Amino acid sequence: MNTYYNPEDLKKFGKIGELGANELAQKFFAYYGEVFKEGALSEREKSLIALAVAHAVQCPYCIDAYAVDSLEKGADEDMIAEAIHVSVAIRGGASLVHGVQAMNKVKDITM
Amino acid sequence: MKTTKSLKARGEQLSDTMVQLRVLNGKEIMEEQFPLFADKLKNIQLFPLQPTGIDIFQVNVGKMCNQVCAHCHVDAGPDRKEIMTKASLERCLEILSKTDIKTVDITGGAPEMNPHFRWFVEECSKLGKKIIDRCNLTIILANPKYHDLPEFFAKHQVEVVSSLPYYSEKRTDSQRGEGVFEKSIKALQMLNAVGYGQEGTGLTLNLVYNPSGAFLPPGQSSLEADFKRQLKRKYEIEFNSLFAITNLPISRFLDYLIQSGNYEVYMEKLVNAFNPVAAQNVMCRNTISVSWDGYLYDCDFNQMLELKVASPKVQHIDDFDIEALNKRSIVLNQHCYGCTAGAGSSCGGETV
Repeated sequence: MNTYYNPEDLKKFGKIGELGANELAQKFFAYYGEVFKEGALSEREKSLIALAVAHAVQCPYCIDAYAVDSLEKGADEDMIAEAIHVSVAIRGGASLVHGVQAMNKVKDITM
Repeated sequence: MKTTKSLKARGEQLSDTMVQLRVLNGKEIMEEQFPLFADKLKNIQLFPLQPTGIDIFQVNVGKMCNQVCAHCHVDAGPDRKEIMTKASLERCLEILSKTDIKTVDITGGAPEMNPHFRWFVEECSKLGKKIIDRCNLTIILANPKYHDLPEFFAKHQVEVVSSLPYYSEKRTDSQRGEGVFEKSIKALQMLNAVGYGQEGTGLTLNLVYNPSGAFLPPGQSSLEADFKRQLKRKYEIEFNSLFAITNLPISRFLDYLIQSGNYEVYMEKLVNAFNPVAAQNVMCRNTISVSWDGYLYDCDFNQMLELKVASPKVQHIDDFDIEALNKRSIVLNQHCYGCTAGAGSSCGGETV
C-alpha cells in the first residue's frame, strides 16, 4: 500500500543530502546534533520538548523517534504524557486566545 | 495478562536454547540476519576475544525464584527446581581458597532460596572474599525466614545489588510483577535501616536499572541522580550506585521481543549502537560464570544459552584450571551485541 508516510523512510533521513544541496544538509545535521547535546537543559528535557513540538507540528517520524528517545533518556510514561499535554494546551490555548480578537470585534460592532 | 510460569513450565519452544540461537541467527521463527558479532570484533582486531584474567567468580546457585519477571534471561521462577548442591558449593569454595580471585558474585534465581546460601556466604566471608549478592529485594519479605537477611548481609559485609527498573510502581510492576514495587521499597528501607547505602557504614547497596521494554538504557550517571533524588524524596531511601544494564535478546526477553513485534528493530538498534570501546571492556574478559550444576561459562548469558567455555578439558568446576581458562577464547554469538551497545553493559552497569 502506498502512503505518504512510511516508517522505513525515517532511516533515510540522514541521506537527504543525496537529493541535492548536500552541504546544507550536512550543516543542518551538525547543528541538529549540537542542539540535542546536554547543555543548560538536560538531554531528557530536550527530548521531551522535541516530543511535544513533534505533536504540535504533527510529524509522525518525529513522534516515533522522540517517543523512543524520551524513554532512552530516562523519561517514563507520565513524563511523556505530560509533555504531550503541554503541546495540546499551547495549541488549544493558541486557538482560544484568538477568541479575544473575535470578542473585540463583536464588541466593536454590537450595542 | 502477566505470566506466572517460566517458558520451560509453559512448554514454550523458546525454552530450548538451540531454538534461541537459531532465532538470533535468522534460522528459525525470525528470518532477519544481522552482521555477525564475531566479524565486528574482527574489524577492530579484537578477535578472538580473550580474557584478561579472572577477577570475578560468578556463581548461579539456582534458577528457583519467587518472582517471574517478564524480561528474565534465566527463565527463573517458582517452578524452576534447579539448585546447586552443597557438594558443588564446597568445590567452589575449594577453588576460591586456592586462587586469588577477589570477588564472589552470587546470583540466581533468588540465590537466598538455595538452602545452603547462608553457609556459602559465611564460608566465602571466612576466605576474605568480596561477596556480591544479586538480591531481588522481595525475597526479604517473602517469608519470615528471610526477614533477617539485611542483618545477615551486614554481618558479612555482603555487597547487595538489586533490580529496581524505575522509581515508579507502574514501570516496576509491569516488568517484575504486581506488587513488586511496594515490596521492593519496604525491603530497601529494611536494608537502609541496618546501614546499607548509608555513608560511613561500608555497607554497599547498588541498584540495577534495565529498560522495561524494547529500548536502550539512558545514561547511567544522570539516571542515578534521578533515582537518588526521587527515592529519597518519596521514600527516604538511600543507595550507593545505579547500574544501567541493557536487556540481552535471550530467553524471556527474546520471547517478549518476538511476541511484541520488536525483535528486528531492537536487534538493529543493538547492532547500530556497537561501540568498540565497550567491546574492549566486556565483563566476560574478567569473569567466569558457574552454573547450578557446576559447568563453566564466559558469562551468565552464555550460561543461559548453554554455551560452555571453549576450553574442552576445563568445562566443569571439578576440572577447574585457572591457567587453562585464561588461555581460552570467549564464546561469541549474536546476543553479545547487548553488551557492546552504546555505553556498554555488564553486571556492573556501563563499561565505557
